[in-house]
Amino acid sequence: MSAREQILNRIRQGLGRGELEPARRAELEALLARPPRGPIPARTDLDPAGLIALFIEMAEEAAATVVRVPSLVAVPAVVASYMSEHGLPPALNVAPDPDLVALDWSASALSVVSRPATEGDRVGLASAFAGIAETGTLMLLSGPEGPTTLNFLPEVHMVVLPSQHIVGPYEDAWDRLRASQNSMPRTVNLITGPSRSADIEQTLQMGAHGPVALHILLVDG
Amino acid sequence: MTATHDSPRVGLFVTCLVDVFRPSVGFASVRLLEAAGCRVEVPASQTCCGQPAFNSGDRGDSRAFARGVIEAFDGYDYVVGPSGSCIGMLHHYPELFDDDSDWRKRASALAGRAFELTSFLVDVMGVGSVQACFNGSVTYHDGCSGLRELGVKQQPRALLETVQGLSLVEMDESEVCCGFGGTFCVKYPEISNRMVSDKSAHATATGADTLLAGDMGCLLNMAGKLAREGSDTRVRHVAEVLADMADTPAIGEPKG
Amino acid sequence: MDVTSPAFKDNAHEALADPALQRALRNLKAGFPGKRAAAIARLPEFEALRDAGRDLKNETLANLDFYLEMFEQNVREHGGQVHWARDADEARKIILGICRDAGAKTVTKGKSMISEEIALNEYLDEHGIQAIETDLGEYIIQLRNEHPSHIIAPAIHVNLDQVADAFYAEHQKYGKTKRLETPPELLKEAREILRAKFLAADVGITGANFCIAETGSTVIVTNEGNGDLTQILPRVHIALASLEKVVPTLEDAMVLQRLLARSATGQECSVYTTFSTGAKRPADPDGPEAYHVVLLDNGRSTMIGTEFQDMLRCIRCSACMNHCPVYGAIGGHAYGWVYPGPMGSVLTPQLVGVDQAGHLPNASTFCGRCESVCPVRIPLPKMMRHWREREFERHLQPSAYRYGLRAWAYVASRPWLYRRVADIATRLLRILGGRKGRLSRLPLASGWTEWRDLPAPEGRTFQQLWAMQRGKRA
Repeated sequence: MSAREQILNRIRQGLGRGELEPARRAELEALLARPPRGPIPARTDLDPAGLIALFIEMAEEAAATVVRVPSLVAVPAVVASYMSEHGLPPALNVAPDPDLVALDWSASALSVVSRPATEGDRVGLASAFAGIAETGTLMLLSGPEGPTTLNFLPEVHMVVLPSQHIVGPYEDAWDRLRASQNSMPRTVNLITGPSRSADIEQTLQMGAHGPVALHILLVDG
Repeated sequence: MTATHDSPRVGLFVTCLVDVFRPSVGFASVRLLEAAGCRVEVPASQTCCGQPAFNSGDRGDSRAFARGVIEAFDGYDYVVGPSGSCIGMLHHYPELFDDDSDWRKRASALAGRAFELTSFLVDVMGVGSVQACFNGSVTYHDGCSGLRELGVKQQPRALLETVQGLSLVEMDESEVCCGFGGTFCVKYPEISNRMVSDKSAHATATGADTLLAGDMGCLLNMAGKLAREGSDTRVRHVAEVLADMADTPAIGEPKG
Repeated sequence: MDVTSPAFKDNAHEALADPALQRALRNLKAGFPGKRAAAIARLPEFEALRDAGRDLKNETLANLDFYLEMFEQNVREHGGQVHWARDADEARKIILGICRDAGAKTVTKGKSMISEEIALNEYLDEHGIQAIETDLGEYIIQLRNEHPSHIIAPAIHVNLDQVADAFYAEHQKYGKTKRLETPPELLKEAREILRAKFLAADVGITGANFCIAETGSTVIVTNEGNGDLTQILPRVHIALASLEKVVPTLEDAMVLQRLLARSATGQECSVYTTFSTGAKRPADPDGPEAYHVVLLDNGRSTMIGTEFQDMLRCIRCSACMNHCPVYGAIGGHAYGWVYPGPMGSVLTPQLVGVDQAGHLPNASTFCGRCESVCPVRIPLPKMMRHWREREFERHLQPSAYRYGLRAWAYVASRPWLYRRVADIATRLLRILGGRKGRLSRLPLASGWTEWRDLPAPEGRTFQQLWAMQRGKRA
């Protein structure tokens, strides 16, 4: 008997039954197909403007910085200005999201590449699939337009989030994902603020292994 | 003193530690119960609630203890004791017996009418105030069983607030275990000592004259530690203060 | 990992006398409980979430075979592989096999208590594969050749000086010659050194906070991002998870995530909550080429249907140990194995035997604080009591103790005898207490009197006095 069989048998023995009855199995499969939700925090019960405000408040509480940008077109200038304010060298790795790559980067005087992140990249710009107002959390997906390394290797992580992609609770983000794709991507990152650790004598510090800073560009247009 | 129920017949659950170490707590309990309008009797055949056996994993003997208590307290409207820990044990009796057995039913019935003293006075008898005087400051230790198994928290404080002259100062970590834990304090004495030392420090830091609690186990433990440390802080059972019987030597104080 | 739980009392003795550890524990007690309390005060739905968490875990356990099968099916559908390991030995061999197939020389590791349980690092090392811990706390204790003392803050017992010493000793081989003194400098050096390790690793091994049956995903929850770098950079990602990590759906995972973040560190949400499903897709620009999930039993399937089943609800948040006065006095190493505190006291006897780990469920006052903060309402004291019942049945307790219990039961079941004993005891103790009203020494009770006095009784029992009074009344 394989390890798998032995383990499953031991479980069934403990439960006092053999394999699940087909009817019961069908019931459970149906629940997997249409998952019920648990209690949803009432703080997410807001209109779109309220959700945007909550998202900003919670993201900032988690030490992300948030800037509102009137439209995608303005993104390069906002990015360049952040980088110069923070003394960052003018080199940027932009996720191969067509919407981002197609922007006019020429006026920004940044040297822009678009590829999976490598050790030398100090700043990465990615695109969020959704923003979750409940805790100021970004949902980013792996895929041809989203190298996951871009979310972790650079020192500064900038993320473009259209404000109409902000939802209330996590569950709404999962539903959006289910509606937009047939199956899970390799990686779904839920990111709430920059990397941190308190492992050195309980002193909280940013930038443990992941980015030191998370800058969110909340695009309205 | 207002009582909102007519005169129930209450069996007093004395507890071993009150019986042996501090009978005055038993008398204080009787006084409080009678003032609330209860008719109090003390079944002579009662012995121990059985917690040492239960917590040591001896279910056989635990059942014997349970049967003894169920029998001794048969027929009373309520069973009330000056101990969250012992009354908490009575609430465990049902799980000692098989479902649907006669003893299980009797155990459940007992648990349903078994109460810690202060919560009985406040929650069942509707007592809003006591007639007592105590000039001094006190702080209150929340015994674990009373707090977490029986919901005893506000009731002793509500009654203490009505004692004339008394001021109540809360200590840090009043809800953290004092380190008695029945046999724990002699099986793991060093760890128990650390816990009671912390408790002593918190109580002392309030500056209160007197430390109160609702369980003799906790009280003997804390009083013993404070005495060993040469502390001035006096230790009493909350019933003594509420019953206006705090003019006697405190726990561990020499008589006269 | 060697079990030193039989030496619990000696371990505790050392821990109580260790000033650096005691300082660290004071910090823990000053930090975690307050943070948790503040976080749950902001979430009115917290109690409802606790009920939902308990219920969904119970439902899952009642159908564990089904959910494990669905999880496996979905892992495979997304291009991953599932390996089933009955015990630690099988799990180690499976992982070694995957590493060898990948030609691995170095392996990076995200934090995984299961990997401690199966003593993975030593095993890989014996077979010529270097395993590098990347969670900062795990890295620190790896340098010090120690084991974690807490399930989410593994280096909580280590102070700043000790970190500085460890880095200074171990980083010389990277050309670092300066002994650093401040947290920011130490963090910077760790980041730099570990960044190189992340990039060089052939295989990345993570744990899994949750395994999602609906999608075949493993979920890791970190604040550092080390787990992510571990699982996206190398060619191969191995997720190591015990059976009870499986939950039905993404929604279920979020119920538990809301409980976990707040119960563990008082955060609204952990910084990185990552859902990994299969290996990289053909069009993905990065990600691992192979994804393996190793499902570990190691004593869990035999908990199903027993009085210990509820322990399988545990989501490894650490709230129980953060609120435990015993853990708070002695720290995690005293428990002698992988899992400390109340959850360790229930789980360890199951995994290593109650004959080895008997002290753990006994060193508790049953204060119940653990149960009161457990996000999935595990009745921890009750299960510790069940371990004591198993010990009693197997005659594992010291015989003097057993005789004492039986003697007390004999006396207390005979009211007339109980009364005689009580009368004698009260009079004897009164005499021994003398004029001071308390005893500083008492034969057979040195555990008590070594540290505190015993207040003397009043001289007569309540029952005696009551009878006398009633005589007067009547």
